[in-house]
Amino acid sequence: MRHDPKNPHWEDRDRFILSKGHGCPALYAVLAEAGYTPVDQLKTLRKLGSIYQGHPDRRFLPALEASTGSLGQGLSIGVGMALAARLDGRRYRTYVVLGDGESQEGQIWEAAMFAAYHKVDNLVAIVDYNKIQLDGFVKDIMELEPFADKWRSFGWHVIELNGHDIPALKKAFAEAETLKGRPTVVIAHTIKGKGVSFMENEPKYHGIAPTPEEVELALKELA
Amino acid sequence: MSAHATRFQLRMGAATRAAFGDALLELGRLDPRIVVCDADLSKSTMTHKFAKAFPERFFSCGIAEANMVGVGAGLASSGKIAFVSSFSCFVVNKGFEQLRVAVAYPRVRNFKVVGTHAGISIGEDGPSQMAIEDLSLMCALPGFVVLNPADEVAMKALVRVAAYYDAPVYIRAGRPPAPVIYSEGQEFHVGGSVELVEGRDVTLIATGLLVAEALRAAEELEAAGVSARVIDMYSIKPLDREAIRRAALETGAIVVAEEHLVDCGLGVRVAQAVAQLHPAVMEFVGIQDTYAESGPPAALLEKYGLLARNIVEATRRALDRKRQER
Repeated sequence: MRHDPKNPHWEDRDRFILSKGHGCPALYAVLAEAGYTPVDQLKTLRKLGSIYQGHPDRRFLPALEASTGSLGQGLSIGVGMALAARLDGRRYRTYVVLGDGESQEGQIWEAAMFAAYHKVDNLVAIVDYNKIQLDGFVKDIMELEPFADKWRSFGWHVIELNGHDIPALKKAFAEAETLKGRPTVVIAHTIKGKGVSFMENEPKYHGIAPTPEEVELALKELA
Repeated sequence: MSAHATRFQLRMGAATRAAFGDALLELGRLDPRIVVCDADLSKSTMTHKFAKAFPERFFSCGIAEANMVGVGAGLASSGKIAFVSSFSCFVVNKGFEQLRVAVAYPRVRNFKVVGTHAGISIGEDGPSQMAIEDLSLMCALPGFVVLNPADEVAMKALVRVAAYYDAPVYIRAGRPPAPVIYSEGQEFHVGGSVELVEGRDVTLIATGLLVAEALRAAEELEAAGVSARVIDMYSIKPLDREAIRRAALETGAIVVAEEHLVDCGLGVRVAQAVAQLHPAVMEFVGIQDTYAESGPPAALLEKYGLLARNIVEATRRALDRKRQER
């Protein structure tokens, strides 16, 4: 992504929206590492007055492009930003990360229809397809399959890949940039909790924080 | 602007939705940042004029209001001034969650939403198309400005005001032709009101289509020896609290009239201000706790109690109580 932590409102920056706002601890860590926000305040996450709110909040973190947390909304906002780029002849691209459970929201498909119809080709949606949502496995709550076919039938260019494969992701984003006339969705197959044996593919860890003992164990495994 | 009620010769003008369409077209000519989103109702909301003149800045969103509000929020966050429009009941009710999370909460300042076909005066299409709760809903979004122009002059002026006001704005527009109240050049601003008629005995505070009815009521009251002040409360949020304070202090009785559910609209907001600022006897004219029905607009306004004579009756009740309390 083209961005500049020293100039967070640079008009030609690429836009990033975490539509699945509940994943914000990862976003906050990235923003801090990149130099947008203080690393030493990361531990104030969710505490009163913290810039690191429970869900992404632009009032506290102006570097964010959107406030999210109510699922289903980020793709529409991203579409608007991509349209603005096109109107202004700017080269920035817009990236929106969606959850798989989030894709059960009707608004996602309204936005999908709109983006394809209006040929918004400077937009990439990335679905974190870990197959788990709050109440359990996606297939047991509201199945999304055939998921890639749904996006194709809505007029999107679909790239399926292993979401833990960074070179594959880079290649996909480069491919999306060359594609004209259609938006791209990257369906990233992921394993929730990857790298921590007791968390991998375990729905229980979707919405809770690990205990201090679990944290210690997890950090050992990840090291 | 203040005058005796009898000096108003109300002639029928354009619908406020038509004035909105014209104002948008003019704004589009003056400012390339103006973009418009509509949900398959552009010939009714009158955004089709803008669409024809500036097709590259008009976005047909299909019948998908939630996405439309989000797209508008994205445009407005990226250097555009986005006007998002549909029937009020659809864009406000179906887009409410998006208005809340994608617009109000991050305070997207360049986002303007115009809901047309508000109230029951849309007529034959019936209650599924009638916004009777929009003012209440939009007032429930922190930071949003809520405007309700009474005629074409007010609408044109307030569209311009909204475009350059540093906050998200909701503008309510009506379907039927509206009587002309103002002369060109009248000034309007966020948080303002206009005292149309001076008066000592009672204040009629009206908004939208009911402003003309309040003027007619004031005329009738004047003939009966009652001096009624008439205020057009076009800014529903923020409210002109000073005008309300003076009305309570100087006339001691206030009647609020609106084409909206009476239990959650302008009336209760004025009552809150009265309770805080200065006591006064109050009465309310609006839609009772019900949905209306299909019918000619004039017949609906009569059946659901939104005419000058309903304001006169409410005024008599208020004046009776005012006398008893003395």
